[in-house]
Amino acid sequence: MERNVLVIGGGIAGITCSLELAANGVKVTLIEQGPSIGGRMIQLDKTFPTLDCSSCILTPKMAEVSTNRSIELLTLSTVMEIERKGDGFSATILSNPRYVDMEKCSTCGACASACVMKVPDEFNFNLGKRSAIYIPFPQAVPQKYLVDRNACLFLSRGKCKKSCLDACEHKAINFEEKDRLIKRDFSAIVIATGFDLFDAASLGEYGMRKRRGVITSAELERILSPTGPTNGEILIEGKKPERFFFVQCVGSRDSQRGVKYCSRICCMYTAKHAYMIKEKLKDASIYVSYIDVRAYGKGYEEFFRSVQELGVLYIKGIPGEIVERGRSLLVRVEDMLSGELREIEVDVVVLATGILPSRDIFRIGKMLGLDLDEYGFVKVDPTYPSLAGKEGVFVCGTASGPKDIPDTVAQSTEAAASVFEYICRGK
Amino acid sequence: MMKKGIDEDWTKRVFACIQCGKCTGSCPESAKTPLNIRMVVRRKQFGSVSASQHVWYCTSCGACTIRCPRDVKPSEVLIHIRSDLVESGRISTSIQRALENSLIQKNPWGKARSKRSEWALKADFQIKNIGDLREKRLLFTCCVEAYDPRCNVIPRNVSKILTYAGIEFGILMEEEICCGNEIRRLGEKGLFEELRDENISNFKKYGIEEIIALSPHCYNAIKNEYGEEAPGVVHYTEILWRLLKEGIIRVGREYKKKVVYHDPCFLGKQNGIFEEPRNILMAIAGTELLEFTRSRENSLCCEGGGGRMFYDVDLEYERNAKSRVSEAQELGAEVIGVACPFCLVTLEEEAKEKGIEVKDISEIITEVLL
Repeated sequence: MERNVLVIGGGIAGITCSLELAANGVKVTLIEQGPSIGGRMIQLDKTFPTLDCSSCILTPKMAEVSTNRSIELLTLSTVMEIERKGDGFSATILSNPRYVDMEKCSTCGACASACVMKVPDEFNFNLGKRSAIYIPFPQAVPQKYLVDRNACLFLSRGKCKKSCLDACEHKAINFEEKDRLIKRDFSAIVIATGFDLFDAASLGEYGMRKRRGVITSAELERILSPTGPTNGEILIEGKKPERFFFVQCVGSRDSQRGVKYCSRICCMYTAKHAYMIKEKLKDASIYVSYIDVRAYGKGYEEFFRSVQELGVLYIKGIPGEIVERGRSLLVRVEDMLSGELREIEVDVVVLATGILPSRDIFRIGKMLGLDLDEYGFVKVDPTYPSLAGKEGVFVCGTASGPKDIPDTVAQSTEAAASVFEYICRGK
Repeated sequence: MMKKGIDEDWTKRVFACIQCGKCTGSCPESAKTPLNIRMVVRRKQFGSVSASQHVWYCTSCGACTIRCPRDVKPSEVLIHIRSDLVESGRISTSIQRALENSLIQKNPWGKARSKRSEWALKADFQIKNIGDLREKRLLFTCCVEAYDPRCNVIPRNVSKILTYAGIEFGILMEEEICCGNEIRRLGEKGLFEELRDENISNFKKYGIEEIIALSPHCYNAIKNEYGEEAPGVVHYTEILWRLLKEGIIRVGREYKKKVVYHDPCFLGKQNGIFEEPRNILMAIAGTELLEFTRSRENSLCCEGGGGRMFYDVDLEYERNAKSRVSEAQELGAEVIGVACPFCLVTLEEEAKEKGIEVKDISEIITEVLL
């Protein structure tokens, strides 16, 4: 019998696990609900603490997924049903249409220029806009355009002059495409559903979405990226800011209004952001407020120190509130090491939001009867970090708890080894 | 008995504090007064009996407790320290007087209990005794509304509107006593319980089914600190908005003024009532509703809570009411709208000099009612 593995989620965890399995001759079906694989990592410009270019690491792996004959990639796809069947599983997958024939599309972009409908660009956390027919980002895999059926005037309202059809020389656009239900049998399943971000607006005192200049770290990540809405130039609401204030533990370590756990990545990504701003704006004044700086990984403490040495001022104490003063933002924070309450005027406040389990995990967990912890992360035995507690079901990456990229990669490789061991048992 | 008890697990919570400074950054008294709420908790962790009088600067606005990521409830820790000071008698005479008054005359100002319902007698329409009613809906007045001539208008106006709308309600007359909200915050837990029990036994005696509280402070105590035996309570702005929305009362005349609404801490950030007062103001023709930069859950405390209405702190410093009034002025507001008698008193003191009016929402609505 052929050994076939279903990997759910096309981020760095799912990609790593799929490639490892394929390298060992295992057939993999990798499904991703978005239009491209790459996950959260492809939204990052650089990775900490080495400041490696994130897409330079990830893009070759993404390309490998698309060319590897052992991997079947299904984007715009979700699992609808999973049943036990013999030793394995039978899964029903819903695959939404792209409305663009991938064989014919040359990725010229003429359709997008012709499209009259512009909507917020989710890849850039809604900073900037994209058209209804689009490619999610330049390195997307599949490297093909697609139609957002909720945004497309023709598909959603039946009313559009469809100038994209005329613009496409290759006649690749096909509005007749329909949803497909795909049934497949698998001998094992890997859950790599990743994480969502805490909604900073739920902590009203920080003024997210209320006060100009208050942004999230995820938004800043896109602003700093050369492929982002400002092509890497630090512009916020059209202005060049000079004074930055980072707030850590937004939603993390908060048993009242957030989650009790530490998200493990915010201290370091904030240090990275401070570094990257200093690289671009030498004279920027940057404050980072913290409860504890958790720089626990290899090279992390050293990186933290190098950020401090650039003149980034770390303040022990997180702000009570952020209010407006004229055109500036006023951060009210106790500098606990001096015991003084400071009111610091800045242009931008960056909220380092924590991570939550992906919303999808609740649906998938229910289908498979998985044990989730109080937050929704898949429960695992620390000595078997990729066993999801049900025979034939594995987990990797942040689906089982907050992790940074090195830990995610290490654990996803380990998951692949465990899956391999499982499907080869007794053989 | 109490829903938000100050007793259970409070030491456990004190030790769970990670000293993040969220409380101090949220506190309206940080920096300008010697109160450092984080240090209050820190000292408590070391078990040092704090002789510090700094705790009297707290206004009980609740921001620290609402925002604390470890749910330490710093403002409740502070009440414990106040309790120690009260118990050992290390309190100022003005605080002592307020407590004694509340024990004897059942109001912190020491006004005669027999005159509690004089405000009702001055009304040009009849306000009924709860005992004479079939529908057991009680209008509960705050001590300051019952006795202070400036605040008298609030119960009178609300009574007028309810009567006009055909809503049957009554008052407890001389039997009404202080709700105890501020007394608990002064650290006199025993006295608070006494007041609470007497109120509850009155509610039971008359079979009261619903309470309309005029002050957010009374509303808070009855809703959150009276326990299961207390009847349901609403703030009067909730009722007024419902009457307006359902067309039972109608605003006919214009109120051509720019009004900035000040969220009372006990109504807004502590109990989540942000919309009703605004909806009422927006329903009035000609009224332009303005917003402070610090509004809703970020509203700046007027410093009238936590017992601060009954005593003066040692230090002279710039009051929040002053900065509130200056901002109202900058915004071009003609009126500061409030929904709390303490906010009315504290803000009006500063606003008078600046030529800005401070009005309770009930006053504005009475002026424009058809």
